[in-house]
Amino acid sequence: MIVATFFYLFAAILLASAAMVVSARNPVHSVLFLILAFFNAAALFLIAGAEFLAMILVIVYVGAVAVLFLFVVMMLDVDFAQLRGGIQRYWVVGAAVGAVLFIELAMVLGGWALAPAAVKLRMSPVPSGVSNTEALGRILYTDYVFLFQTAGLILMVAMIGAIVLTLRDRKTSRHQDIRQQTERSVAETLEMMSLSLGAGTTRSGGYLRPKEPAPEPAGEHADSGGHGHGH
Amino acid sequence: MIDVGLGHYLVVSAILLVLGIFGIFLNRKNVIVILMSIELILLAVNLNFVAFSAALNDLAGQVMAMLVLTVAAAEAAIGLAIVVIYFRNRGSIQVEDVNLMKG
Repeated sequence: MIVATFFYLFAAILLASAAMVVSARNPVHSVLFLILAFFNAAALFLIAGAEFLAMILVIVYVGAVAVLFLFVVMMLDVDFAQLRGGIQRYWVVGAAVGAVLFIELAMVLGGWALAPAAVKLRMSPVPSGVSNTEALGRILYTDYVFLFQTAGLILMVAMIGAIVLTLRDRKTSRHQDIRQQTERSVAETLEMMSLSLGAGTTRSGGYLRPKEPAPEPAGEHADSGGHGHGH
Repeated sequence: MIDVGLGHYLVVSAILLVLGIFGIFLNRKNVIVILMSIELILLAVNLNFVAFSAALNDLAGQVMAMLVLTVAAAEAAIGLAIVVIYFRNRGSIQVEDVNLMKG
């Protein structure tokens, strides 16, 4: 009985926050209501007995996806009030499509019954005596290993895609130019000097002094500024 | 499923799906809210998977729900990356401005 009460509570909050997600004026509020919806969905998963998925939902959705949304919403300098325009125009169409879809789903639900043989057709019955996480682990790495690897592949494609899409070259970013590195000669970077014994290096400028530019007329030297050995 | 019947879960997930689709229509100009609506739709799918998994005592549904979760995360990452580069290029994220390819 108390489980049913909590189910109705969480379901009500889930649906209310989902309604707020699509109708909030400020997208930041939308993201925050999305987080609330995910938490309540995780609670519904817990009631259904899927503890592992509930925790994964909180970690992946709230911890990663919702924060990503929040980040992008706050990063983009968009006039969101302007994006709200035309709601009156779309409201009727959206409500009509939604109503039609909901009536269809209700008809399906009303005329639907579990086949008597469905219980015999279970692909991986829940083993007794182990926790939900252990039971999932037992089948995820054996029966569903290809599915698991496909999920990994999807994540890798998404990672590479997101990096490739958003990576851009700046003027200030430093890159390794391998051709330039391999074509350098020793003479460009090193200078052999013979120091007299006991004189020290301070008199000739120390170890770390920049190489002096070749003697030039004063005017041109002022132009080239601090470019030491570039000539 | 101890106390709560399968039908309750299916009704909740049906309403969630309808809300997501309604959100796509309502926020036709704002790509970010459309992406959030898609997340809601995928959440409804997950809810269905888990409800059936619990009702039939079959773990396959929860494994599939995990795959849906992965796809949803990947979709959100790629979609938001596209939004970011689109905003960088055009200075706007209006869906109606997306007409360079004249599709």
